Amino acid sequence: MDAELLSRIQFALTASFHFIYPPLSMGLGLMLVVIGVLYVRTKDPKWRQLSFFWIKIYGLIFALGVATGVVQEFEFGMNWADYSRFVGNVFGSLLAAEGVFAFFLEGGFLGLMLFGGNRLGPRMWLFATSMVVFGAHFSALWIIMANSWMQTPAGFTIATDPAPTRAVMTDFWSVVFTPSFLPRLIHVLIASWTVGAALVLSVSAWYLLRRRHLDLARASFTMALPFFVVFAVLNLTYSGAEQATEVSREQPVKLASMEGLWESTSCAPAYLFGWVDEANRTTTGVAAPCLLSLLAFQDPNAVIEGLDSFGDAPLPPVNLVFQVYHLMVQLGVIFAAIGVLGAVLFLWRRRIFEARWVLWLLVVTVFLAEAAITAGWWTAEIGRQPWIVYDVLETSAGRSPTLSAFDVAVSLGMFIALYALLFVLFLYLLNKKIQVGPEPLEDLETVPVSDLPDTFRDIFSRRGRAADVGAER
Amino acid sequence: MTLNDIWFVLFIVIVAGYLILDGFDMGVGILHLPLARSDIERRTFLNSIGPVWDGNEVWLVLGGGVLFAVFPLAYASLFSGFYLAFMLVLVVMILRTVALEFRSKEKSTSWRTTWDVVFWASSLGLALLLGVAFGNILSGVPIDADGNISVSLIDLLTPFALLVGAATVAMFAMHGSIYLSLKTEGELQARIERATPILMVAFFVLNTLVVVAMLLFRHDITERYRADLWPVVFPAAALVALVTAWYLLRAGRPLAAFVASSAMIFLLLVSGAVGIYPNLLVSTTDAAYDLTIFNAASAENTLEVALIIAFIGMPFVLLYTAGVYYIFRGKTVVESEGY
Repeated sequence: MDAELLSRIQFALTASFHFIYPPLSMGLGLMLVVIGVLYVRTKDPKWRQLSFFWIKIYGLIFALGVATGVVQEFEFGMNWADYSRFVGNVFGSLLAAEGVFAFFLEGGFLGLMLFGGNRLGPRMWLFATSMVVFGAHFSALWIIMANSWMQTPAGFTIATDPAPTRAVMTDFWSVVFTPSFLPRLIHVLIASWTVGAALVLSVSAWYLLRRRHLDLARASFTMALPFFVVFAVLNLTYSGAEQATEVSREQPVKLASMEGLWESTSCAPAYLFGWVDEANRTTTGVAAPCLLSLLAFQDPNAVIEGLDSFGDAPLPPVNLVFQVYHLMVQLGVIFAAIGVLGAVLFLWRRRIFEARWVLWLLVVTVFLAEAAITAGWWTAEIGRQPWIVYDVLETSAGRSPTLSAFDVAVSLGMFIALYALLFVLFLYLLNKKIQVGPEPLEDLETVPVSDLPDTFRDIFSRRGRAADVGAER
Repeated sequence: MTLNDIWFVLFIVIVAGYLILDGFDMGVGILHLPLARSDIERRTFLNSIGPVWDGNEVWLVLGGGVLFAVFPLAYASLFSGFYLAFMLVLVVMILRTVALEFRSKEKSTSWRTTWDVVFWASSLGLALLLGVAFGNILSGVPIDADGNISVSLIDLLTPFALLVGAATVAMFAMHGSIYLSLKTEGELQARIERATPILMVAFFVLNTLVVVAMLLFRHDITERYRADLWPVVFPAAALVALVTAWYLLRAGRPLAAFVASSAMIFLLLVSGAVGIYPNLLVSTTDAAYDLTIFNAASAENTLEVALIIAFIGMPFVLLYTAGVYYIFRGKTVVESEGY
């Protein structure tokens, strides 16, 4: 294997491993904000207990996300130096903006969120939490913006003098609002919220099955279920469909690959599952007639361009794109079905709390949700191949010329070993926290809630909490 | 002053922000095994940086992003050229983060000791690697006509780079110990305050050796100092800041001493930057291949956009960084929800 292939494997591995965590930071973050609002509104201590519990889990997820996220920013320069030289003018500013606007927001307020329970009153704690969660979403905005520029580049011209050849920005707003940006952002956000709601449902369902923390489990289950149902349905009917429309407009080769469509067809079918034979340029499987035309153009008779119609245009690995895309869609359909089933059983005299098999389904849903969002990301990234900047720069032209296969083999080996270790430890600690469960408030609170500063004025007019608490001991 | 100059200055400020802020929490890590003995002392160390380490690390991420946006050719050459060195940087940064997060999650002594060692070693390793990278930037790298650097990891470990690495470790240890004086009390604080003067002397000796080595061997860095005398104010002011920190500590004013120590780090970085300017990376192959703030920069409109982003964003960054440090001021107390 050469340095380029190893670099591709390494980037795919590190990005996929990193991508386990940010959807949880956003999705679980949204749940935390809802829990915080419920406490501030109702003053019911169970919500406060749930805040303490989920914020600890959030801290663990966040640490893994941060640790693996730095890698991504450095890897552009390390493994894709010629890509970095080519896009720096355009792409670099978006990464820098992510740092200034989003990471500092998260990093600044993270300490207050994680340690705020006994330092800040409920409203201020909620404020700090909301800032971290907002930062996580803001970070997604910039990174999706940057990635969307790679998918549907706009607002630039190519300069060749002086060397090296590079993309130079001509219009900042075109760079920011490329045609794929908003549909992709919305799709990623709703999918991430689905993952977060699935995590809360999964843990709550587990407690219900094990008959532990029943009051808390029912409360958080009831809180998360409507979000899960709405997001799971929206993924299919709205954001996923919107994104399919966008891809059909902007990246027709990718769309044809996703569906394994070789010949241009009106009333094009959408496969439920199937297999693409790339050598013979055929696709076999079970398909719903006209569905693809309907999804892409809202017209069952619309003509979809097949892969054969693009002449010599280079193709991505069609079957791989087909499979990961269909995995995502299949899982998306399953989530919507589980969600609707859950909602019906809930509304039907709360039968869901006794329906053990549905609860078991919900326990595994979070793993499937992570699989689905990863499959979606793979569809976007593999579907763009062989381009690193769609139709502008090939991935192989973006590599670092100085790297030897040995260098990248060493680093890839290190990442595999390190990430395997981290993942095992992450699951171990996550499982342990879940097994221990929410602790009683008496064990968590070192200061009565009423004594905590709950306005900005309180925070900055009293002596610091650290000093106060220290004096009491 | 051109936009490129403004960005050179801003970039140095961002790097200084990183060295000052993550520098003290690296220092706490370097002192974690030598100075914190009991479990409660070690948790005090970890919690002293607990609320702020993540924000501190963002300065490095910002520095990387800014270099990518503003001087992309330097970003590409540096990161691909120092490939395995930066890979090690990433590994120790990851280990440091997870050691901090995992360490107090289990009661078992062997679990905690393992992560204490990882936290100490990764902090030390990160400081050393950053110092070695900085030493290589000072002494120049073999850049070819295409801007590529071909250098192996072993080649980076020159005696000069290792010396800068050692000085960096001592500097962060000293800086971290001053921070810890602020955050601890009683016997632990007394132990830290006995160590600080030793660290200061060690740093002073190592840093003097770095300066001497540069005067003897590194002509182009010191050329500016030979041509104009005025830039000498920066290293001179750094020396004054160090001496001031020493006296302030003896006068029992650790906060003021910490400010002085931070100023010293900034001034030392500026001293190096003045010598390098207008280069970002000096080529040892041919001066024509130097990557400068002009030939490695993005086009003017990108520099403008990035400047607007910085002017909108940085006031917020400074505001909530200051707010968080204010809220967590005072002595560190170990609580159940901490690290």
